[in-house]
Amino acid sequence: MCSDAGFFSPMTLVAHAQSMHFEAPLPLQCGASVRAYDLAYETYGTLNADRSNAVLICHALNASHHVAGVYAGQDKSEGWWDTMIGPGKPVDTDRFFVIGVNNLGSCFGSTGPMHLNPDTGRVYGADFPVVTVEDWVDAQARLLDALGIRTLAAVMGGSLGGMQALSWSLRYPERVRHAAVIASAPNLNAENIAFNEVARRAIVPDPDFHGGHFYQHDVVPKRGLRIARMIGHITYLSDDVMNAKFGRDLRRAVGEVAQDGYRYSTQDVEFQIESYLRYQGDKFSEYFDANTYLLITRALDYFDPAREHGGNLAQALAGATAKFLLVSFTTDWRFSPARSREMVKALLDNGRHVSYAEVDAPHGHDAFLLDDPRYLAVVRAWFARIASDLASAPGAAP
Amino acid sequence: MSDQRLMQSIARLVPPGSRVLDLGCGDGALLDLLKRERGCTGYGVEIADANVLACVKRGVDVIQLNLDEGLALFDDNSFDVVLQIDTLQHLRNTETMLVETARVGRVGIVAFPNFAHWPNRLAVLRGRMPVTRRLPYQWYDTPNIRVGTFKDFEVLATKNQLSLLDAFGLQDGREVRFLPNARAATAVFRFERG
Repeated sequence: MCSDAGFFSPMTLVAHAQSMHFEAPLPLQCGASVRAYDLAYETYGTLNADRSNAVLICHALNASHHVAGVYAGQDKSEGWWDTMIGPGKPVDTDRFFVIGVNNLGSCFGSTGPMHLNPDTGRVYGADFPVVTVEDWVDAQARLLDALGIRTLAAVMGGSLGGMQALSWSLRYPERVRHAAVIASAPNLNAENIAFNEVARRAIVPDPDFHGGHFYQHDVVPKRGLRIARMIGHITYLSDDVMNAKFGRDLRRAVGEVAQDGYRYSTQDVEFQIESYLRYQGDKFSEYFDANTYLLITRALDYFDPAREHGGNLAQALAGATAKFLLVSFTTDWRFSPARSREMVKALLDNGRHVSYAEVDAPHGHDAFLLDDPRYLAVVRAWFARIASDLASAPGAAP
Repeated sequence: MSDQRLMQSIARLVPPGSRVLDLGCGDGALLDLLKRERGCTGYGVEIADANVLACVKRGVDVIQLNLDEGLALFDDNSFDVVLQIDTLQHLRNTETMLVETARVGRVGIVAFPNFAHWPNRLAVLRGRMPVTRRLPYQWYDTPNIRVGTFKDFEVLATKNQLSLLDAFGLQDGREVRFLPNARAATAVFRFERG
């Protein structure tokens, strides 16, 4: 094996989507349960003999189990964290067995609101129970059970995925040796909940939403989804990046060489940024499910491990025994460095192993999905330590 | 801080098994040494990306933080020893950080280049700023924004009601206890809140 694989073009990783069915009902935080369900997942790399090299990747709002690699014969099918995960990449699939899983309630293959409710024989729609970060973690734990994995070398996620990684370290401390919590927060602040609410209020009153039962009307509340995505997208970028990318540039119509004056229209697309947001909104409304958007933003809103401890995060994290890596990005105002520092402080107060990198990147919240070399280098170094600890652990497979 | 002898001298001042916070920990070499040879635990604090990366590579826990923003992340008395090794001379808020060091640690250990070391005095007498092995920079490109002496620190410590547990100079890897203000390139202080 070439240890310098990262410096050369690595072999293309081919991903295969899989699905696991679970018959035992999953009890949820809300008191309800999901009677039977499927989880879509993918794995990359090879599980070692003592099953100690598994890394679970948790996804954020609009992503899926397709974390890395490409689907055979499909152009532009790279996984959403393909910069981070793969052969020779920071999370090196030549050394780790990496698992991506689609969360319950999502719309990429795992059981969600678009599927049949076994209790009624009808599509769930708005009746899909409210799921939380903790519920997702419980479901992921069952997937690991089914795959024969007792302990994770690491769990990792960004944004909402980081919340799941943190939750793993609290719900199953004995099953998590390391946790990477990237561009995340210990709960959402009021401003963040407010953005989620704007998105939900765009979707719910859309006449095509039909109270969440739009499937039987054979329509999709695209207007609402577009607005939800537009507002979300604005908050994932920084002011600087938006100005650098679009500034006040006017939109060029197709075939037009350059436009030097305003159109003086209130309804046409005038500026490039409008064009970009509309394009992003349109694209999103083609593939994302409106009920899933409501469910996932609610899961974000509800996550708050300190709540049971009177708001004391240090107390809430007392049981977390994993070694942590936290990363934040200076221009991320949706999950700001201050929020990561709260988690760092809580871990310090408990004397836990924690490293924290605050990356001076211009890209806002989106930075966690991009390829800032300082960010990738820290994650690479952290995982390389884990890999070498695994290799030198007693009983490690040769 | 990379000077091997300075590092060894400082390490001897840290009781085995201590919980250590190293402010301005550089590439983490001192914490690594303390961990391996003295069974210490703890964290480094660094602002530079390259040093944060070097610490992670070594497996030293590091928190990326600008010390000019203070030590709000750390509780009172949460460490046995807080180190500022060749850090003080880079800080804008030197005095605040000194008080913060004593607040967070039961014991503080500070080391910095002593500007009153005789070769430095000689250079200034000749009319030039010193350029030495310990202070290798020209006046116009030095990263040291605070230049102080062994005696200056004693005055600052007294002003802030710190009680000095030990104070000596380091020169060529040896402790200098006789006239350290003139005879040592490095000043070392061990102190606690008064």
